[in-house]
Amino acid sequence: MKIRIRFSKEGVMKFIGHLDMVRYFQKAFRRSGIDISYSQGFSPHQLISFASPLGVGLTSTGEYMDIFVGSSQPSSVMIEKINREMAEGVKVLSFKRIADETRASNAMALIAAADYEVAFRHMPKDVMFGDAIETFMAKEQIIMTKKTKKSVKETDIRPMIYEMSWTGSTVFMKVACGSSANLKPELVMEAFAKHIGCSFDPLELLICRREMYASDGDGWKSLDDFGEEILTP
Amino acid sequence: MRKLALDDSILLTIDKPARYLGNEMNAVMKEKSQVDIRFAMCFPDVYEIGMSYLGIQILYDMFNSREDTWCERVYSPWTDLDAVMREKKIPLFALESQDPIKDFDFLGITIQYEMCYTNILQVIDLSGIPMLARDRGEDDPIVIGGGPCVYNPEPLADFFDIFYIGEGETVYHQLLDVYKAHKRNHTSRQQFLEAAAQIEGLYVPMFYDVTYHEDGTLESFAPNNPYAPQKVKKQVVSDMGTADYPKKPLVPFIKVTQDRVVLEIQRGCIRGCRFCQAGMVYRPNRERPLEKLKDYAMQMLESTGHEEISLSSLSSSDYSQIEPLVNYLIDECRKKKVNISLPSLRIDAFSLDVMSKVQDVKKSSLTFAPEAGTQRMRDVINKGLTEEDILGGAMEAFEGGWNRVKLYFMLGLPTETFDDIEGIAELSNKIAALFYTIPKDRRPGGGRVEIVTSTSFFVPKPFTPFQWVRQNNSEEFLEKQRFLNGKIKEQLNKKSIKYNWHDVELTQLEGILARGDRRLGAVLLDAYHNGCLYDSWSESFKYDMWMKAFEDNQINPDFYTARERSTDELLPWDFIDAGVSKQFLIREWERAKAGKVTPNCRHSCSGCGCKVYEGGVCFEN
Repeated sequence: MKIRIRFSKEGVMKFIGHLDMVRYFQKAFRRSGIDISYSQGFSPHQLISFASPLGVGLTSTGEYMDIFVGSSQPSSVMIEKINREMAEGVKVLSFKRIADETRASNAMALIAAADYEVAFRHMPKDVMFGDAIETFMAKEQIIMTKKTKKSVKETDIRPMIYEMSWTGSTVFMKVACGSSANLKPELVMEAFAKHIGCSFDPLELLICRREMYASDGDGWKSLDDFGEEILTP
Repeated sequence: MRKLALDDSILLTIDKPARYLGNEMNAVMKEKSQVDIRFAMCFPDVYEIGMSYLGIQILYDMFNSREDTWCERVYSPWTDLDAVMREKKIPLFALESQDPIKDFDFLGITIQYEMCYTNILQVIDLSGIPMLARDRGEDDPIVIGGGPCVYNPEPLADFFDIFYIGEGETVYHQLLDVYKAHKRNHTSRQQFLEAAAQIEGLYVPMFYDVTYHEDGTLESFAPNNPYAPQKVKKQVVSDMGTADYPKKPLVPFIKVTQDRVVLEIQRGCIRGCRFCQAGMVYRPNRERPLEKLKDYAMQMLESTGHEEISLSSLSSSDYSQIEPLVNYLIDECRKKKVNISLPSLRIDAFSLDVMSKVQDVKKSSLTFAPEAGTQRMRDVINKGLTEEDILGGAMEAFEGGWNRVKLYFMLGLPTETFDDIEGIAELSNKIAALFYTIPKDRRPGGGRVEIVTSTSFFVPKPFTPFQWVRQNNSEEFLEKQRFLNGKIKEQLNKKSIKYNWHDVELTQLEGILARGDRRLGAVLLDAYHNGCLYDSWSESFKYDMWMKAFEDNQINPDFYTARERSTDELLPWDFIDAGVSKQFLIREWERAKAGKVTPNCRHSCSGCGCKVYEGGVCFEN
């Protein structure tokens, strides 16, 4: 049966890279004794797929992975079993069954947007964030240099910023995330700094991913909402 | 939540910050106000290497089982962080509490190879502890060293307060108790060291004076303190059945060299290869009971979640219960989807059968370590492996589907001739030729065989029958290497043989330090100040800076390597009673020169002297 797990990654765990997190969960699942399914072949591996890698240095309260299990107890029991094996900073928040077991329902295939919240180690002075974000979002085009593994190119990032606002102490943004379009919050902050004529030291920003979504008609649907709580053994 | 010793601006700009965080599964956290003794355990190399070492896991578990002690870990900062810590004056810290090492009671350093000596100085230096033991004050941590290199600790004598000679399980508890009493009674550092010196196996270098003859050899080596014994006796666990074993080893976040459960099945080796220091100093051979090992294996797999388990010992095939153990592991690991890795197995019908069950034959290779190319040379080194063994094993392996073979040899062994070296090329060729005797349609691996022949250079080590011999100089080593390379190219099957070799400068330095004396302390300190660090990493090894340090101290490195010692010379490590007696080593050296093989311990006792430890193979019959 297919399971979607939501988890948080905070504290010192933000320094652990994506591939090490995969290894970390593989070992944790073994320790927890849950009935996770394995691939066939000479060296079987656990069937796990992560929604979207989180950059080193970022924290998150909305990470997702899909796993397959042969059997399951109620969600609450499973969460407790796994959390017993978590290092400080990682916590499983939900454990839900996904009825559709095809690839199309994978977190990785669905994901289209993510929420980030950006705090500052030292609050920049003389920035009227509310107004500045409004004029920033009013722009038709925001051309930035986007670096990927393969190329460096000028890209208009404005269409990939779905929402951006000032919460009173932090910057909130909903941006494109996934395989077809992906925008890093660091790049948005760089563009925003340029817009207001300053620059932010990347080490001054405390970025936390809050949630990931699939597109759902005209709106967004949290990856968590695709699953159902398991209530009975 | 703990406050880290390094802030984000550092951690996000250095390589692999996870090396410095702690927080791994099974790391032990304690309340520092609730313990009497804080022990920082150090492996002086990068985290990924240090975390792979079983010895620290054993002591970490053993120390932390004491309520009065909190044992934490520290490794060498990599060169990127090293530079930052110096620039920002950040003191070296322990992973668990992130507290400075300088605040600890003990800094324990395991000394596994000679090429980590500059890293030891780095750890002491970055900790802010005075480099020289004699300069340390009442509040400085006690710096204690252990591990295989303490069988000649003399080059490091200036930097350590205490060396622990032998296996850590025996008298560490006693030492910690003595330390606790010292702390409670506010006695002086000197008084504590005097108390420590009276514990069997502990060597306090400050309490000994050395004088030299005009030719540079040792004239005398004697205690200058009434509490220091003439001889320091190696510590050995006599009953492995009741010895501590860490059932909850640490699980690192980043991939380390040994990213698996390690099951130490025995200590010591029955074989008695004459070049092998481990085979001599870890005597007597002692096995862990089969039932205990089964239990440890399962407990460790459960507590770590590792997907692989590996057996650890000097010669796993000699473990008397190897078949039932391996069969048990195969059954259990199949159920748990855990891989098994089986290093140091002799190639025979049993091991080939086992290996075909636990690994993908197409992807794996077989390893033989004949060490020498001719039977004469193998007899000299007492490597009881014959050409028939090797060829028979190889043929069975080819028929079992393998087509890749790795061969390990040494160059520069005592009495070696160019015929012996040519023998390496010929043996490699014979194995390749054997493969092509198989009918074409039955040859595995696409019909081609791959032989990888590797040579290292022989370095004579203390407490071996070869401790007196002259080491080849760099020119001789290189000439032998070139000669062998040429001979391999002359072989009929040269296209199937790949030849790998070892770095000669590193070998020379290893040789100097392995049989060095106290005068090398000054050289070591200068080399460190010249920027030598991570010498075992070829990208950071600075041979010229080492040579400058020798020159500045007017010490000729050839004195330590390129000189045959007489068996009545007083050696820097003679004050250690390592179990194997000098008479035995001399006897073995004579037998080596005569090309006489000495039977293994299980076959018959050769009277090495280790029977006094009252355990293991000496009492099997």
